Amino acid sequence: MADKSDDTLIIAGHTFHSRLLTGTGKFKDMAETQAATEASGAEVVTIAIRRSNIGQNPDEPNLLDVISPDKYTLLPNTAGCYTVDDAVRTCQLARELLDGHTLVKLEVLGDKKTLFPNVIDTITAAKILVDDGFDVMVYTNDDPLIAKQLEEIGCVAVMPLAAPIGSGLGIRNPYNIAEIVENANVPILVDAGVGTASDAAVAMELGCDGILMNTAIAAAKDPVLMASAMKNAVIAGRQAFLAGRMPRKRYASASSPIDGLFL
Amino acid sequence: MHITINGDSRTITDSIPLSELVKSLNLEGKRFAIEINKTLIPRSQYTKTVLNADDKIEIVGAIGGG
Repeated sequence: MADKSDDTLIIAGHTFHSRLLTGTGKFKDMAETQAATEASGAEVVTIAIRRSNIGQNPDEPNLLDVISPDKYTLLPNTAGCYTVDDAVRTCQLARELLDGHTLVKLEVLGDKKTLFPNVIDTITAAKILVDDGFDVMVYTNDDPLIAKQLEEIGCVAVMPLAAPIGSGLGIRNPYNIAEIVENANVPILVDAGVGTASDAAVAMELGCDGILMNTAIAAAKDPVLMASAMKNAVIAGRQAFLAGRMPRKRYASASSPIDGLFL
Repeated sequence: MHITINGDSRTITDSIPLSELVKSLNLEGKRFAIEINKTLIPRSQYTKTVLNADDKIEIVGAIGGG
């Protein structure tokens, strides 16, 4: 039985000990970003690519000063991209920005209200990026057939949503997530929808290989404490999955022996 | 001549290389990536890439995101 020390997550040949991946958006400031990221134990951390400060705010702190590429595996995302072209360009800029780094999180959004993925454009962009040498971790919906197709294209991890991005609604369709996990030959990570620690544990108990979250930590009243809660929940859920839960029974089964009863 | 940098119109000396623009914006030594008219320009090409009038330049970096 795998214990914690040798139960690792392998993505595109990189080995990780933490199964919690975190985002760096929506925090109050850089200090909170740094403290929460540290408390989460995350080794893979997402970043967004946006227009640079070109001298307007010379003293503005840089994210990469607190989330160092030497310490964390950075996962540039394509958040905000609604077309194949924008998503591909963003990944190419990220690779240049990070000196040839090929691991990216692809998301091609379809709708501003729900931030649901445009799955057709996601598939098109994934093919282009895989052919261009990127290691693509792909955000998608919880459709098992699409998840399998993204794996077959060559994505290094498939990341179905559990609920809309930033909604905190929890694992809305555990049967689809379980189906995706059962069919998969690449890591499956729940990306989006987790609201609190029990949601993270549920996703891990379903057999997910990891969880990527941002808002559940950043929008908590105490983000650093919630980051720690999420770290523990992911570990607990993973251990429960590996341990194998007891079968459910309709009626009671006494925990104390009947033998020696003196009444 | 006029160019556009991150959505803002600017006037620069005609036909300077991209490396000159990078220097004038005090970006040397910082982490960024540049595309001109939606085409990525690798760092190794900055000295060879001459800017043209009406070029649309995007200079990007990393910020917090999920």
